[in-house]
Amino acid sequence: MTFNDYLFLCGGMGLVTYLPRALPLLYLAHRKMPQWLIDWLSLIPVAILSALIAPSLFTDAATRSFAFGKLELLVAIPTLIFSLKTRSLGGTVLVGMLLYWLGGMI
Amino acid sequence: MNETLKNKLTFRQGAIAAWPICLGYFPIGLALGVLAQKAGLPWWAVAMMSVMVFAGSAQFICVAMIAAGASTPAIILTTFVVNLRHVLMSSALAVYLQGVDRKFLALYSYGVTDESFAVNLTKFREGNWGRWQALIVNHLANSVWIIATTGGALIGQFVPQGALGVDYALTGMFICLLVFQLQGRIYVITGLLAAGLSTLWYLLIPGDSYIVGASMSAATIGYLLKRHYRRSK
Repeated sequence: MTFNDYLFLCGGMGLVTYLPRALPLLYLAHRKMPQWLIDWLSLIPVAILSALIAPSLFTDAATRSFAFGKLELLVAIPTLIFSLKTRSLGGTVLVGMLLYWLGGMI
Repeated sequence: MNETLKNKLTFRQGAIAAWPICLGYFPIGLALGVLAQKAGLPWWAVAMMSVMVFAGSAQFICVAMIAAGASTPAIILTTFVVNLRHVLMSSALAVYLQGVDRKFLALYSYGVTDESFAVNLTKFREGNWGRWQALIVNHLANSVWIIATTGGALIGQFVPQGALGVDYALTGMFICLLVFQLQGRIYVITGLLAAGLSTLWYLLIPGDSYIVGASMSAATIGYLLKRHYRRSK
């Protein structure tokens, strides 16, 4: 692939990535949003975060099959408890990393 | 003088909020750079993509598709589908960026990723968070992403894999940000629903629709439950 091929590819990918990021913000930030939409959107973060994490904890990505007891899941439990107790973002990240590192060596 | 001090403080607040993202982006970016280099992409193409696209999962998929000999339109279409989830994130952020001028929003939108969204939305909700701090989070994450991916393409094959558990940084961050979101029973129920639905969806339906599909379904059920509960009271 030449420079121009890459430029065209990245330009196209950039455009289709940028528009879904920009249009809702540009549109909604200057409208009065109905209350039901605000209520619904308030549940979106918790739902997205769960949907991003859960499959990586309960499934095997290579075979796309159910996998119970992965290291990711075993580490997630104490990490979750630590986070509930301390509510510290930095601490949770470090505890998760440490446990995952130690777990990988066993 | 006062203005400089204020700017410094804004930058510091942004940087403190951004560090877990940056920590997590490093190994992922390096890994992407190494894969891209193996797939035959020159380092400048990796840098160009990180600047123009800035979307981790789509970039991984793109590299895999280039390696498999896919066509440019197919890669662009796939990128579009994979990144549609950002519609939800931008909409949720709009609640906190009401009436902000369009130039700022146009710049801000560029940096909306899963990670910056999760951090900034949590901060906005806690209060005491402004759009400039949020913009700094976006752009610090972006800078690290560009450096890490380009670095991976140049020297990534010499970096040991999995050191210090850094591969778990983003998962740890997401777990904690999830905890911050649990501000009542309805949030816990919605989160559990989304976890179950996304896992099932991921197992049953090929592709990446599970993120958008499961989170929209769970939020809708959660919303209906909340409304029903409120009415019956």
